[in-house]
Amino acid sequence: MRDALREALHEEMERDDSIIVLGEDVITHGGPYAVTRGLDEKFPGRIRQTPISEAGIVGTALGAALCGMRPVAEVMYVDFATCAMDEVVNQMAKVRYMFGGQTDVPVVLRLPSGSARLLAAQHSQCLEAWFLHVPGLQVVVPSTAYDAKGLMKTALRGKDPVLFMEYKRLYTNECEVPDEDYAIPFGQADVKREGGDVTIVATGPMVPKALEAADLLSPEGIEVEVVDTRTLVPFDKATVFASVEKTNRVIVTDEEVKRGGTSAEIASLIAEECFDALDAPVKRVAAAEVPMPFSPELEKLVVPKTEHLVAAARELVG
Amino acid sequence: MLYMYRKMIEIRQFEEAAGTLYQSGQLPGFLHLYIGEEATAVGVCVHLQDEDYITSTHRGHGHLIAKGGRRDRMMAELFARTTGYCKGKGGSMHIADKETGILGANGVVGAGIPLAAGAALSAKLRGTQQVAVSFFGDGATNQGIFHETLNLAAVWELPVVFVCENNRFGMGTPQSEHQRIEDIAVRAPSYDIPGVTVDGNDVLKVYAAADEAVTRAREGGGPTLLNCDTYRFRGHHIGDPGTSYRDREEVQEQERQRDPIRRLTEVLTEEEGVSEDELSAIEAELAKELESALEFAKNSPEPLPEDALNDLYAGSIQP
Repeated sequence: MRDALREALHEEMERDDSIIVLGEDVITHGGPYAVTRGLDEKFPGRIRQTPISEAGIVGTALGAALCGMRPVAEVMYVDFATCAMDEVVNQMAKVRYMFGGQTDVPVVLRLPSGSARLLAAQHSQCLEAWFLHVPGLQVVVPSTAYDAKGLMKTALRGKDPVLFMEYKRLYTNECEVPDEDYAIPFGQADVKREGGDVTIVATGPMVPKALEAADLLSPEGIEVEVVDTRTLVPFDKATVFASVEKTNRVIVTDEEVKRGGTSAEIASLIAEECFDALDAPVKRVAAAEVPMPFSPELEKLVVPKTEHLVAAARELVG
Repeated sequence: MLYMYRKMIEIRQFEEAAGTLYQSGQLPGFLHLYIGEEATAVGVCVHLQDEDYITSTHRGHGHLIAKGGRRDRMMAELFARTTGYCKGKGGSMHIADKETGILGANGVVGAGIPLAAGAALSAKLRGTQQVAVSFFGDGATNQGIFHETLNLAAVWELPVVFVCENNRFGMGTPQSEHQRIEDIAVRAPSYDIPGVTVDGNDVLKVYAAADEAVTRAREGGGPTLLNCDTYRFRGHHIGDPGTSYRDREEVQEQERQRDPIRRLTEVLTEEEGVSEDELSAIEAELAKELESALEFAKNSPEPLPEDALNDLYAGSIQP
């Protein structure tokens, strides 16, 4: 996935002179996960390495976006978005509306997310739910290299702010990525696997786990349909609801803390608008309500697992 | 000089009218008046073109008018009408005008500072001579974002001027209680940028200092911290008389001795040979124009219910 993202950046920066990248160590290491490695040689002056100043980085990116640029600002870990919350929530999300539509706000914030490498509580969070809650933002969560490239291209061609959640554990995801130009529109979920018995609506790193669960359940005669949400704002209700109507049983899953997580929003939508199709209550599989512990054994207990999805599906069907 | 006189009168008249309207219950929301501080906005903005950028504060009407904001569209915005700059969706604290480079008043203290740096970055990358000016108060200089932005702007040598309006109070707290320094310009060397302090109520001094700072930015010399010592004659916002944390005598003394408009009037009449009649004529003309602006605002339509949901995204998604 990291190569796919780099390709997307490269190709779009060639097409569009106004795209610039800002962030900590974006030149030296190409960012902590090497996504921007090498871009500085190809686009000198357009990759701007910053001091450690998340609020300053995001605020400056926003100012540039209001004045004709397309900045891509990296906050090294989504956890540090907390240092820039005014810039994201009070400024970026609201400036177009407050100004009566006078300006586009073409900023992409790249936000590495999720558990990885035992980085513990302050480097492992999943914060989509916070940003879902703020009108004016778009929240994008690719689960594959293919989706990442296509969604990044759409982000870089749009006119509205994008919070692009890059799951650290998914950077090594490999799959076929075409050479030709393609872009994936926002608001289009993707049925990654078809099945008639249970729907799993999955986001980010839970997508591969949902597919694993499907493989484990198929020999038992339980066919799982996996719907990858891909973008949380805008959200593709139609695809999700069509699947619920087909299977009548649904699990919503992501790696966020369960309480108040994205799964709560999706589950509510399904309960409100798909009630008649449901043969069982909506189940959620998400992370334990604690900060991420350092110990590898404890981390395994906190992060939702394939086995939890398997168990939930058996309960729904049984 | 006459231009600057006009601009200060425009601001003073607007603010006094807005204050009266608010107190008679005709304006919704909050109002933070700029009365007494006019010389800073005007002395700086006279050096700026439409293509230059400013960011402003919750106390932004002065900056907006000085930069070229129209009083009729501003008044309409205060009345929450669709003919306002923000179609009634922003209000006093969020007025913006893309056409004249006004990147908005801002309801969060200090939040405009990085936006100006970003605007300056865009100019630098485009290779133009545009500059950005960020206005903020003494209170804002304690916000983290002030420090982050000055540092970043200095490192990247951005064409931005940081204008501090030190009116000696951060809301209801005197400067002596919210920071140990008195002269805010002493913070500039921490970022290795020039820092200058002037009497912010003397429009000619502001003019001269701003000239140097704006020119420095335009010529690639990077940022300046321009500290203007001023005073607000009214409270923090309407509803705050401004006397529970300030000496009434001090306020009156400031109004008597340091009114920027009176001071320029003295210079114009005593040193520049301008007659008082000429100045009165300007005032009368502007008062009449303000009357029309007010009529325009009062007769403008209110937003429709569906307006609550539009202009959120420029792209295709609907809320």
